[in-house]
Amino acid sequence: MSGDRHLSALTARDAGLVACRRCTRVWPGHETECGRCGASLASRDDRSLSRVWAWWVVGLICYVPANLYPMLSTRTLLSTSEATIVGGAIELIHHGSIGIAIVILVASVLIPMAKFACIAFLALTVERRTALSATSRQHLYELVEYVGRWSMIDVFVVAILSSLVQLNVAATINPGPASLAFALSVIFTMLSAQAFDSRLIWDGIEEADRPDDLAISAAGRDMAH
Amino acid sequence: MTVLDHDDLLNLIACPHCDALHRVQRPSNGEQAVCRRCHAVLIAPRRRAGMTIIMLSVSVMILVLGALWFPFLTISRSGFHNDASLLDAAFAFSSGPLLPLSLAVLALIVVVPLARVMLIVYVLLPVVFDRAPFPGAREAFRLSEALQPWSMAEVFALGCAVALVKIADLALIGFGPAFWMFAGLVVIIVVQDNFMCRWSIWSSLEPEDEPKFKPTSMTDPEIMNLPSPEAKA
Ligand SMILES: [Zn+2]
Ligand SMILES: [Zn+2]
Repeated sequence: MSGDRHLSALTARDAGLVACRRCTRVWPGHETECGRCGASLASRDDRSLSRVWAWWVVGLICYVPANLYPMLSTRTLLSTSEATIVGGAIELIHHGSIGIAIVILVASVLIPMAKFACIAFLALTVERRTALSATSRQHLYELVEYVGRWSMIDVFVVAILSSLVQLNVAATINPGPASLAFALSVIFTMLSAQAFDSRLIWDGIEEADRPDDLAISAAGRDMAH
Repeated sequence: MTVLDHDDLLNLIACPHCDALHRVQRPSNGEQAVCRRCHAVLIAPRRRAGMTIIMLSVSVMILVLGALWFPFLTISRSGFHNDASLLDAAFAFSSGPLLPLSLAVLALIVVVPLARVMLIVYVLLPVVFDRAPFPGAREAFRLSEALQPWSMAEVFALGCAVALVKIADLALIGFGPAFWMFAGLVVIIVVQDNFMCRWSIWSSLEPEDEPKFKPTSMTDPEIMNLPSPEAKA
């Protein structure tokens, strides 16, 4: 990753300090609790990756029934239909609402799948070298964190429709079991992304590209502490 | 190597995303100090930010509480009418095994947004009047920060719009007053986030017995050469 060379920097850990990720204050390396905001301090969160994977797996497990069971059941005078996420989108396309079908497919299928893939990629590349620069991986992580909550939109749509469309015999819409599975999947994926310690992305380039003299002085400092 | 004393540490800031160490250099209002390595925004003070955030928080409270009682969508089909308020939507799942989902939806669109802005007002009110922070202010701000990703009022607003289009051919749909309240909420939350400079708030919450941030001489030669965050207008 020679492209990242100019990005190596003196980190709080190199300086024998520990940074608070909540309030950005720095403390001597041995401190375990931030004196300003009370957050617990860890120079690097050793268990970060195992928590990422744990939430990731639970999220993925919940995502399966979210797709197999119906999200909604719609009953009108003429018919009763139950629709899964993908089924509902296909139905919308048949009705000509292609735009809204795309919104649903992007929010409930594309984004969740991409999120699982991105988190796995970020967690795997912490320990391995990769062609993607640290800057791009940091951007990817921020994107995953930002997008996470918007996946909840489908659950809210189900809630809105089920409370609104209660028109006696004319039409009723009721929520299906997939809505719970989908909500859980979104929540677990968000927890998985939050558990990731993004400083690990940058440690890779430190170790790979640190000039030798800096590495020696950092090692000397570690011994001094 | 010289040991860093307490005042020196106050002059440092570590990027929470990449751990790069910088010397604090407070940018002027309206400017941002970004991490030299990953370009995350570290400090972004705004003029009269405290008062602005408090006023926006109060508007969020009024809008969420108001939106509870008014319908956000109305529907009619073959002579039947219905409308749904936020509480109706939250309790759409209240029948049977989906009840936990009702509680989660209520939390995400009402309880968490409300709790968050109330905590922010509690934290900032003494600060804007130059008083000592209220007891527990630091815990309150920490909780409010932890709640941020779980505050989903604006996601719900977009959900209304999607729901409307989704059943447009099933029945006649109209927006109720609460929908417009939520639309306003989306804008307010974005603006509020823009005014929120975490570093400034945390510095103002520095415990009394600790010295506040003040530029002092640095003793460690390596720390002395640290870059300041880059300024961006
Ligand atoms: Zn802290
Ligand atoms: Zn950074």
